[in-house]
Amino acid sequence: MISLELYNYWVVIFLMMAGFYTLIVSNHLIKKIVGLNIFQTSVFMLYISMGKVAGGTAPIAAEGIETYSNPLPHVLILTAIVVGIATTSLALALVIRIKESYGTVQENEILELDHISDTGPQA
Amino acid sequence: MSSINLLIDIVLLTMLVFTTIAIVRSRSLFAIVMLSGIYSLLSANIFIILDAVDVAFTEAAVGAGISTVLMLATIGITGYEQKKRRTISWIAPMVVVVITGAVLVYGTLDMPAFTDPSAPIHQHVAPRYINDSPTEVGIPNMVTSVLASYRGYDTMGEVIVVFAAMIGVFSLIGIREKKSEPIHAEPPARPILQVMAKFMIPFIILFALYVQFHGDFGPGGGFQAGVIFSVAIILYTLTFSQQDAMKLVPPWVLKRLASIGVLIYGGTGVVSMLKGGNFLDYSVLAHDPIHGQHYGILIIEFGVGLTVACAMMLIFFAFISRGDKNP
Amino acid sequence: MTFIIDALSWVCLMMGCFLGISGAVGIFKFDEFYSRVHAASVTDTLCVFFIMAGLVLQSGFTLVSVKLIFAVVLLWLTSPVASHALIRSAYHTGLKPKLKTSRKESAKRGQS
Repeated sequence: MISLELYNYWVVIFLMMAGFYTLIVSNHLIKKIVGLNIFQTSVFMLYISMGKVAGGTAPIAAEGIETYSNPLPHVLILTAIVVGIATTSLALALVIRIKESYGTVQENEILELDHISDTGPQA
Repeated sequence: MSSINLLIDIVLLTMLVFTTIAIVRSRSLFAIVMLSGIYSLLSANIFIILDAVDVAFTEAAVGAGISTVLMLATIGITGYEQKKRRTISWIAPMVVVVITGAVLVYGTLDMPAFTDPSAPIHQHVAPRYINDSPTEVGIPNMVTSVLASYRGYDTMGEVIVVFAAMIGVFSLIGIREKKSEPIHAEPPARPILQVMAKFMIPFIILFALYVQFHGDFGPGGGFQAGVIFSVAIILYTLTFSQQDAMKLVPPWVLKRLASIGVLIYGGTGVVSMLKGGNFLDYSVLAHDPIHGQHYGILIIEFGVGLTVACAMMLIFFAFISRGDKNP
Repeated sequence: MTFIIDALSWVCLMMGCFLGISGAVGIFKFDEFYSRVHAASVTDTLCVFFIMAGLVLQSGFTLVSVKLIFAVVLLWLTSPVASHALIRSAYHTGLKPKLKTSRKESAKRGQS
């Protein structure tokens, strides 16, 4: 049963690494942001998995219920999700500005343009 | 955890894995954004299975709703297709990722078993929240009482983060006014959508208000309500036009309301200091500490909802005003 | 009495599951965008109805069933409109439906 007991954590690690891989390999800035979001959500899932208690219910007090799952990770992740959308929107705004200034959102083209402007047009 | 729940959990997690593989492999940006919406919705389902109803609600509204809309607006500006990938090898990143993953998997072998009630995370401060919060704060939803009362500082910082993100988006891309275009230049081109949107928007707003003021008793609260409220306006913007929406909720009003939301939150803390308590100590707000807690949570949740709703609408307006047409 | 209600609700749930799975099969089997949306949207409404009806029978006359009925009504209103919006935007961006006649004609042309 050990594999089933750790299945959640392993899926979390897989998602985290998939997001990390997308972040490194992809050339398009929006795909990088999607990769970051996958990474972020996998961390959320790690926290929520740790908060689950066997036989517990959602942490809303009701008659006749003894065990509740741990509310603390829920609170932390609730705030993290909202902070996540704030950072995502800021990142997307940066992408739009990059598109307007450089005319592209492909990383290699941006780096080339930067290189040209660093070394000057005569180079 | 009953075995059927465990089964659902495993099936959903496996679906999540396949969605992620599809995201990593896909080349069309539109498909990637849509799949990331599906990813968020699936993870919201998993959060429900793991008893985190408030988190699931937020993830469904934020991850599958607002963030997908914002990404669609962005790819409407930057273009739908990825160009051919630069010729970097995928082997080195893959090696890095596999090694990191293997180390992390090795780390999980020492983790306490899933759903183990004697795990360290359940030992320290959590029993206090679970056992005492219904009597100390007096509301059944423990997540709301921890969020708004015990850890009120965190939530205030978070509201300020949302506010700061709004300011950041505005300093990067402001709302472009289109003065030359006359309002209602063309007849309504989407009659079915417009009729349906008109019908749905009151229900969405009603639901947002319910979530806002029922957050003490059930899942919900200011963040979810703010996001749902802004979704109503986003629906209006998408089915009608941006000019119409900006006439309905002018950006200058939204900017002031967003600041007022933060002020309400901070002001509640200052008032409780003036009444002799600590910052954000709601017990002194009324004669009875329980009533004081109740008033305090209602007021700050209102501030949170106001700021989040206005900030999301403003960010959305800023994004779509950059494109040539509505996404 | 409870047996009859249980049996009815199971029939409803099974019907709903069947419709949902057939819609999913349709999405994979059809080769073209419009048929796929058709498969998904047509089965979707009835599937939702059957599953929700089964759940209402299970939960009895409580607040939960009122919420479920609300969910059915809202889904019946929004789901067809969503399919409409999807197809509409696909059509306006220039995706032309593959028609059966045109396929026959092309086959004829291929023969002649």
